[in-house]
Amino acid sequence: MNDVQLKNPMYAELDRVIDSYRDAKGPLIQVLHRAQEIFGYLPPEVQQFVSQRMGIPPSKVYGVVTFYNFFRTVPQGKHVINVCLGTACHVKGADRVVEILREELGIGIGQTTEDRQFTLSAVRCLGACGLAPVMMIDEEVYGKLDRAKIKHVLQQYAS
Amino acid sequence: MTRRLDVLVCSGAACVSSHSAAVRDALSREIDENGLSNEIRIVETGCMGPCELGPVMLVYPDGAFYIHVKPEDAAEIVQEHFLKGRPVKRLLWEDPEARRIVEGKKQIPFFAKQVKVVLRNCGRIDPENIEEYIAADGYEALGKALTQMARNEVIQVITDSGLRGRGGAGFPTGKKWQFVASATGETKYVVCNGDEGDPGAFMDRSLLEGDPHTVIEGMTIAAYAVGASRGYIYIRAEYPLAIKRLQIALGQARKMGLLGENILETGFSFDIEVRMGAGAFVCGEETALIASIEGERGIARVRPPYPAVRGLFGMPTLINNVETWGNIRHIVLNGADWFRSIGTERSPGTKVFALSGKVKNTGLVEIPMGMTLRELIFDIGGGIPNGKKFKAVQTGGPSGGCIPEKYLDTPIDYESLKELGAIMGSGGMIVMDEDNCMVNIAKFFLEFTSDESCGQCVPCRTGLPRMLDILKRITSGNGTMDDLDLLQHLGEMIIETSFCGLGKTAPNPVLSTLKYFEDEYREHIEEKKCRAKVCTDLIAYRIDEDACRACGICAVNCPVGAITGELGKPPYIIDEEACIRCGTCLEVCPFGAVHVLSGELCNQDKREGSK
Repeated sequence: MNDVQLKNPMYAELDRVIDSYRDAKGPLIQVLHRAQEIFGYLPPEVQQFVSQRMGIPPSKVYGVVTFYNFFRTVPQGKHVINVCLGTACHVKGADRVVEILREELGIGIGQTTEDRQFTLSAVRCLGACGLAPVMMIDEEVYGKLDRAKIKHVLQQYAS
Repeated sequence: MTRRLDVLVCSGAACVSSHSAAVRDALSREIDENGLSNEIRIVETGCMGPCELGPVMLVYPDGAFYIHVKPEDAAEIVQEHFLKGRPVKRLLWEDPEARRIVEGKKQIPFFAKQVKVVLRNCGRIDPENIEEYIAADGYEALGKALTQMARNEVIQVITDSGLRGRGGAGFPTGKKWQFVASATGETKYVVCNGDEGDPGAFMDRSLLEGDPHTVIEGMTIAAYAVGASRGYIYIRAEYPLAIKRLQIALGQARKMGLLGENILETGFSFDIEVRMGAGAFVCGEETALIASIEGERGIARVRPPYPAVRGLFGMPTLINNVETWGNIRHIVLNGADWFRSIGTERSPGTKVFALSGKVKNTGLVEIPMGMTLRELIFDIGGGIPNGKKFKAVQTGGPSGGCIPEKYLDTPIDYESLKELGAIMGSGGMIVMDEDNCMVNIAKFFLEFTSDESCGQCVPCRTGLPRMLDILKRITSGNGTMDDLDLLQHLGEMIIETSFCGLGKTAPNPVLSTLKYFEDEYREHIEEKKCRAKVCTDLIAYRIDEDACRACGICAVNCPVGAITGELGKPPYIIDEEACIRCGTCLEVCPFGAVHVLSGELCNQDKREGSK
């Protein structure tokens, strides 16, 4: 870590975040959440920066980043589609939703379209089981999905 | 002018997803334009329960309950109902049984059989306004505990109430508090387990979003009772709205002197910090949760010592689930006898369930313990939609089991459900009908738990994927009868030898379906048949020659071009080899000419086809 990095406003912000947790106990996961908000993902450079600034071995930072599903080490598309694969959605045909999205976007779970518009991802449960099957695009939840609705929703995001 | 009407707009996660905010804005505009803003107030509340019908709203004092409200309905509601006093009938909940329009919320069966204790404020108050909480007796229990009760008296009332952990295992809450109170350490911690990881569960989310102060008050009372100075609420990062409302609530409580230094000027100090999880199911296990709050990988630790003795940062720690915390203030305020008057002798109180799956009224419900599964699913839930037949209900998520129809009259309490091979669990309740394959459901849960195993111990890390292999074999038609014994044996061994609760319960969905639905497993193996027509390797699609009108819609929509035929010359034909069994043709055929086959007939057809 060095002054060169700190001239980058994103690193400078992360530096302030780490500073604000100085008195907290065990804040690594909280810092990583904020780091991912700032950078969009957690590449090795960012993990290293966190490691040095917090005095935590890089092996441990990497261990935590790779343990939790929420942290990403590769960049995402402009819009992230999270298909819910929870039980209620499964019972109501979440597999079909994934299949339809695969047909429409040409990508599977964990992949990003070539134009970097969409990343397709899966979540365990969004807790919107009453509307199953559901997917979340960025922060917006779409429920009671069928082929027509999925197509319609995707059109709103394609640009 | 005095206020005439309160319009409660549900802002639970499901209604927000159905665009309740747009409805609120439209209503607010109409109310302003008609000069009613002094007479009518809009309140955004937490989840009201019937998520399927969202956005929903409730008008007080007349109790009219509106469903599926759209922004364009706002003008009519304001004109007709708010100005002229005539509720808009077409938007009111229609009771499907009686075929009549129900105006009052109390008369709706979905609500009539529920008993709201924990969810009392959910859907009634604005969760972002502490004054509304206080007006509903909020923080009165905290005041009572701090000023009129000794620490051990608080613990005693919780013990006497018989409250048991609502996270699923049902450990007596008072006993846990006692352990922490008598443990020694320079600091003690109080933790709220809000890592609601079971797929199909949204009770904790709804409570934290709808009434965050109830949880905060419960934790503060406990901190006083056990002598803790700091609290943590561990919550899933997937719940941003709950996190936001909690932060607002914590800020308001601090400002009013209900949290922080010298609470209510009694000399007692306590504060709470929110910690976000990062997507790991195992973190619902208390020692893994503690590791995660400490910033570590969420890996379970050896017990004993239990967290009550050595928990967070090595100090005595009291961990309870969100819903357990939600009960505390009511017990302190109303007493143990009151609490025991609800529910059953060994499982007093209520339980919140997230009802979902193949049931008419999906949503959030709270019932007294001891109600039967049938009452919950058929009276409150309204039964199975589309005239289908009930097959099973799944409780307890990936740690629980499937209960078949013949046990529907079992009362809902910790012991009864356990006896059936299921568990109470945290409150996810998923209803399945004849279109759900039980082997597939078992496979689904095993996929989940194998994926979420933290990898620390061998039985869970290696055993679960082996069970999953067997299930995959069976659902693809390659299973043998020996596989059933193997599943049983392996499942029991994993339960016996796993390190933490994840592994110790993960085989339950398989063992319980084996117990109650062995015939379905046998059919998959012996007849290569999936009666629910779910397992794609065991089904085939056919076009009925007589019903086909040769419109060509199926062929146009088939993603792999497996359907051929000539427009206007029936029938169209599905190429078995090319078909990926996605079901699109079935979905799009306007004449119902596409059928799914499984079992003998389809195997016979396959053989003939290969000749």
